[in-house]
Amino acid sequence: MGALMVIFSLQTKQRRKPTDSVEDELELSAVRHRPEGLEQLEAQTRFSRKELQILYRGFKNECPSGVVNEETFKDIYAQFFPQGDASTYAHFLFNAFDNDHNGSVSFEDFVMGLSILLRGTVQEKLIWAFNLYDINKDGYITKEEMLDIMKAIYDMMGKCTYPVLKEETPRQHVEVFFQKMDKNKDGVVTIDEFIDCCQNDENIMRSMHLFENVL
Amino acid sequence: MATGVAAWLPFARAAAIGWMPVANCPMPIAPRDNSKKQDELIILNVSGRRFQTWRTTLDRYPDTLLGSSEKDFFYNEETKEYFFDRDPDAFRSILNFYRTGKLHYPRHECISAYDEELTFFGIIPEIIGDCCYEEYKDRKRENLERLQDDQEENKDLKQSNLNFRETMWRAFENPHTSTLALVFYYVTGFFIAVSVITNVVETVPCGSNSNQKDMPCGERYTVAFFCIDTACVMIFTVEYLMRLFAAPSRYRFMRSVMSIIDVVAILPYYIGLVMTNNEDVSGAFVTLRVFRVFRIFKFSRHSQGLRILGYTLKSCASELGFLLFSLTMAIIIFATVMFYAEKGSSSSKFTSIPASFWYTIVTMTTLGYGDMVPKTIAGKIFGSICSLSGVLVIALPVPVIVSNFSRIYHQNQRADKRRAQKKARLTRIRIAKSGSANAFLHSKRNGLLNELLELTGTEEDEQKLMKSTSLLESQHHHLLHCLEKTTAHEFVDEQMYEQNSLETALQAYPSHSPSIACHSSPAVTCCGRSGKRNSPLPNASPSPANPIPAHQSQLQELSALHIQRGNPLTHTSRIPRLRPPLQQPGQHIQA
Repeated sequence: MGALMVIFSLQTKQRRKPTDSVEDELELSAVRHRPEGLEQLEAQTRFSRKELQILYRGFKNECPSGVVNEETFKDIYAQFFPQGDASTYAHFLFNAFDNDHNGSVSFEDFVMGLSILLRGTVQEKLIWAFNLYDINKDGYITKEEMLDIMKAIYDMMGKCTYPVLKEETPRQHVEVFFQKMDKNKDGVVTIDEFIDCCQNDENIMRSMHLFENVL
Repeated sequence: MATGVAAWLPFARAAAIGWMPVANCPMPIAPRDNSKKQDELIILNVSGRRFQTWRTTLDRYPDTLLGSSEKDFFYNEETKEYFFDRDPDAFRSILNFYRTGKLHYPRHECISAYDEELTFFGIIPEIIGDCCYEEYKDRKRENLERLQDDQEENKDLKQSNLNFRETMWRAFENPHTSTLALVFYYVTGFFIAVSVITNVVETVPCGSNSNQKDMPCGERYTVAFFCIDTACVMIFTVEYLMRLFAAPSRYRFMRSVMSIIDVVAILPYYIGLVMTNNEDVSGAFVTLRVFRVFRIFKFSRHSQGLRILGYTLKSCASELGFLLFSLTMAIIIFATVMFYAEKGSSSSKFTSIPASFWYTIVTMTTLGYGDMVPKTIAGKIFGSICSLSGVLVIALPVPVIVSNFSRIYHQNQRADKRRAQKKARLTRIRIAKSGSANAFLHSKRNGLLNELLELTGTEEDEQKLMKSTSLLESQHHHLLHCLEKTTAHEFVDEQMYEQNSLETALQAYPSHSPSIACHSSPAVTCCGRSGKRNSPLPNASPSPANPIPAHQSQLQELSALHIQRGNPLTHTSRIPRLRPPLQQPGQHIQA
């Protein structure tokens, strides 16, 4: 029995080591991020002072540390789509917002992205959308990338849809998309093809102006 | 939709642009935001302390008071703020809930006060954050237990209309409710003691005069012991049958532990009666006699400490189980080791592993009888390790059991203390209430004096008297006065009442009363002054020095509605007294 006690105490000593590393990690992530001044942001984005104030208050409330990491981003986005699984699409969105690719979205990234989406020209918005679809940021949208995006969008719908979602629906949708966008039928969509095609499509043009008065 | 995430909705909508190029059909039209309200600061004035927050912060939770239009009821137009007459300290955590989305329970707050605040502001306590939820639940449970105890006390005091069966059951469960129950309680206790002592003495060897060996007393005085046993069993049987009859749910009663103990205590006797001295079953008969010792468990109805012990053991069942399991493991291990260690030595008592169990148990519990001792060196080493580890293993679960016992015991102590304190508290409350009743009576006298003075017409005195009572008091007293007039009875204080009851018993009905005159002349208004004018002159003396005799003569023959704590029994006993005064009016008017 005494031997068992000795063995127990040895085990607890070993267990202490991983907890130490967790504490180190926590210390790193507790870094506070402060955004640039209001004037600079006003200059860089198309938001007014008041709008920036409102945006920052909401942002800081949800993320007191000043930066959003991917997990928080996914949680927040998932709350808007409770029926389905929004995590994949949120992942792509996160990458689209995270301009400097450092794994976290600061307030500047956030506000720049919103500035384009809400106050930018149609051209800028289309470029942003292209960047979203181009997962590896190589300037071309391949069918696989598009399929990933499409699946992520359909995942957000969840299971209970009408009509019932089938396995090949995303694939079919990708085919339709490529038929429309890929002019030279080389299997990829470049940014010029994309912008040209969208500007010629009435529906898309109209929908680009849909969210202008969001803020 | 969850809360502060409302701040992110513009972002989610903006990000929806990412779907546009992929879509094949036109999008629906976006809703217009017609209320171009700028976000404004709201001032919440809670008992003087001003809290400020954005309107959108409060709008996050639309199903609470602050988030909905319900707060408009509290809007103060002049100061342009929302005023709440509540506790500002508790409000802090409520407002923080809106700000951070997490509700915390401040530990220094009283649990029921906090609950009230939450209910007022329309927040359900289930959303308290994980950090504080356990604490909240524990305190709430404690409070509930306390309240339940108090309620059970109240129920005991209040019940008066029980039928025979329920009275009997109550008498059995709480012996202190009536003297008969107490007598019964002590009688059964006595007989349990007698029975147990008899069982014990039965086996003691009494001196023998003619036989070679000592006989136990039981065999010597068989008849005497049999009579005592019969008497005890008869009492127990009667008691059991009475309990069975009185039990509200017979099935549940039969399944309860105490009734099973009762049955086990009396069954051996009846089985013994049925079975005669048949040699085949006499062995079994002897075994049955052992069960007679369970009568001692009947004492647990009489001793609360025993009940607590039993309850503790039941609640610590898992710890006890763990203790047993670890001990068994240790015993087996050490017995095996000792057996093989001692195998070599000659004339070793450790003949087998089960034989070594005895040694291990005796050593681990530090008994050390010494009937089995290791002789080899290895055996001695392992034997010492065995005794050391025995101490540890047994010591480990014991604090858990002890702390459980202590907690339950203290709870019971607290319940007893509260019961004792309650009597003192009720007495003090009664005194305070009678103080307010006296104030009414006092002011009534003053009121009569007022009328006197009105007749005499001294304005200054009248104003002095009027000022002595505040508006609230005077309104209250007017209300009580109207009640008196309605019921044609008056309020008196206790001394008056005692005297009244004495005198009505002696059938002395002196003098007049203004109220009787009032009652007899129904034409007089409720606060009939004309009635009063007739008689106060001889009786009421302007000097407050002796109000009591004046009062006495006014109110003697009336049975008064004494202000008490609504004790129904004493209330009903006063009803007969209402009759005599009503016969008087005719006489008095003449007089």
